[in-house]
Amino acid sequence: MARTYGPWSRRLFLVGISATALALGIPLAKAQETIKVGLVAALSGQSAKSGEAIIRGLSVAIDEVNAAGGVNGKKLELVSRDDESNPGKGLLAARELVQREKVAVLFGGLDTPVSLAIVPFVNQAKVPFIGVWAAGTNITRNGAADNYVFRVSAVDAFVGEALVDYALDKKSAKAPGMILINNPWGESNEHALNDALKARDLKAVGVEKFETNDVDVVPQLTRLKQSGADALFLVANVAPSSQVVKSLERMGWNVPVVSHWGPSGGRFTELAGPRGEDVHFIQTYTFTDELSPKADKLLTALKAKYPINSLADVMPATGIANAYDALHLAALAMAKAGSNDGTAIRDALYQIDSYDGLIKTYEKPFSPENHDALGAKDYIFTHFVKGEIIPLER
Amino acid sequence: MLLTSAIVTGIGLGSMYGLIALGFHITYTVSNTVNFAQGSAMMVGAVLGFTLMVTFGMPFWISAIIALAGCAVFGLIVERLLVRPFVERNSDAWLMATVAGGIIVDNLVMFTFGKEPRSLPSPLATNSVDFLGTGVYPLQLVIPVVGIAVAVALQIVFRRTNLGKALLAVVQNRDAARLMGINAKVVVASAFAISTALAGLAGLLIAPLFSVHSDMGTLFGLKAFAVAILGGITSASGVMIAGLLYGLLEALVTAYLGSTYTQIVVFSIIILALALRPNGLLGRAAVNKV
Repeated sequence: MARTYGPWSRRLFLVGISATALALGIPLAKAQETIKVGLVAALSGQSAKSGEAIIRGLSVAIDEVNAAGGVNGKKLELVSRDDESNPGKGLLAARELVQREKVAVLFGGLDTPVSLAIVPFVNQAKVPFIGVWAAGTNITRNGAADNYVFRVSAVDAFVGEALVDYALDKKSAKAPGMILINNPWGESNEHALNDALKARDLKAVGVEKFETNDVDVVPQLTRLKQSGADALFLVANVAPSSQVVKSLERMGWNVPVVSHWGPSGGRFTELAGPRGEDVHFIQTYTFTDELSPKADKLLTALKAKYPINSLADVMPATGIANAYDALHLAALAMAKAGSNDGTAIRDALYQIDSYDGLIKTYEKPFSPENHDALGAKDYIFTHFVKGEIIPLER
Repeated sequence: MLLTSAIVTGIGLGSMYGLIALGFHITYTVSNTVNFAQGSAMMVGAVLGFTLMVTFGMPFWISAIIALAGCAVFGLIVERLLVRPFVERNSDAWLMATVAGGIIVDNLVMFTFGKEPRSLPSPLATNSVDFLGTGVYPLQLVIPVVGIAVAVALQIVFRRTNLGKALLAVVQNRDAARLMGINAKVVVASAFAISTALAGLAGLLIAPLFSVHSDMGTLFGLKAFAVAILGGITSASGVMIAGLLYGLLEALVTAYLGSTYTQIVVFSIIILALALRPNGLLGRAAVNKV
């Protein structure tokens, strides 16, 4: 018996040593020289581009924080995991990041269902979870007594208000109708739009749903036209949104279309044709604005770090901008808290007085009653011009 | 206006369902098997057409012919790899194999073609024209004409040409046909090639009205199978008529009852129709030989 230690027993031995070290509190390697922040987002599949945008926004902000000395003398480090737009995988990834990687703060991605799956876990684990994209109203308004979920992004409830105000005030609509994708996102917006209309003493003249793969939306739109709609609220992703525009073109119905941010997710004008430029949709940020010094600095940093040739490569800017501001807000809170304790960081988020961000100057962005840093007034209306998202006047 | 637009939409979509369903009909009559990757074949037609026309800038006719040939080859591969090996061993696993094949192709296309939906431009779908008081793209009027013409041409080919007669001979009596010198294997393989080419044609025709992406065929394939069953899968004219009826029903229900009820009402009517006529509208009763 020459070999006393098989490969397995050797591994067990190492595990044993590590466990002992952990139990005794002996620092292994150089642990805790950095503060880890986590991201769970779609990094593959249909929405992969959204995850990429978030990583870019977070990374540039982290570089800035680290260049200025880090947080409490420690550098920030991003650990990201792919949720594949799958709620189960997202929850698993969130668990791993919190329990094994010990992230101080967790950021979330584009998919509302994934974020909703993570919400109960972070509230139980008491780790601040900051959404930077998914707009589902009940992500932050989740009813938990001890709520650790925050957001720097659009919120369906506020989007409803913004869309209604825009249609009524800018497009002088008196009898708006809705054309919505037939899924939970469309449903959540139906409620939000109805509430917002009610607040202005109006009712939708018609609500029509359609499927992602519908070729022809003319029947639904004809019904809306016959019920006298003088403006349409559109909620759908880029491909189905373009089917609505093509159907409108065929009908020769020149009605104002006011939309959620679905069209920004792809080649909208290629799919929808020239009339796609008439669709006005919300964004939280766009780079083609007159660039502020802060935006100029961010864009330069992005270009230095990533292969970016034109503004079309930083679209939709919403994801980058939300992530950038969210990380800076989180860093301020971590510095204020002075520790990596989740509850301390959460309470410190409430105490942020003012932060001059990219999207706006945040004044008291969070309070125990309000976990959403952006409101209806912070959205900008935009449209496509030759494949680029251009802001309309506020 | 509501009625005309619903009818134009319904007949246009209906003839697409009919074309894809004809593919189910052809392989079923010849070999008692169907290719559940028909929806993917439709998508392959549209994706190949887009790649040749937009990416490589080739003229429409050449691109269309190459795309349809590509779809036919796809059909041959499905038959050789996903159907024949199971049929030869008296297994019904071709059912699952063709479903799986479709999913694999959809995903392969997603990796190669990309995840972003694209638009196939067509001069026939740029400006709408006035048709009986409602705006339509000229392509919407061309689609049912092509669809019905292809169905009629197919009937003529079956009755008049050698390939058609060989197909029918194999349908009637495989062994006798083989004794007459007809290569049954070739005949079955060509049935699959024709069926996927038909689906590819539907894909090419519908693409300019729709967007080109890897899962564009899934729902179409499913609805076309419902149409094939509804029409009585053994009757070509039954399948085509069922396609048109299905398309019309879908559009009319959407127009008059609202889209919330479309799928519920349409599929309820299909179940009812099949309860009344279990072999489909024009289908013959299947004889179970023991």
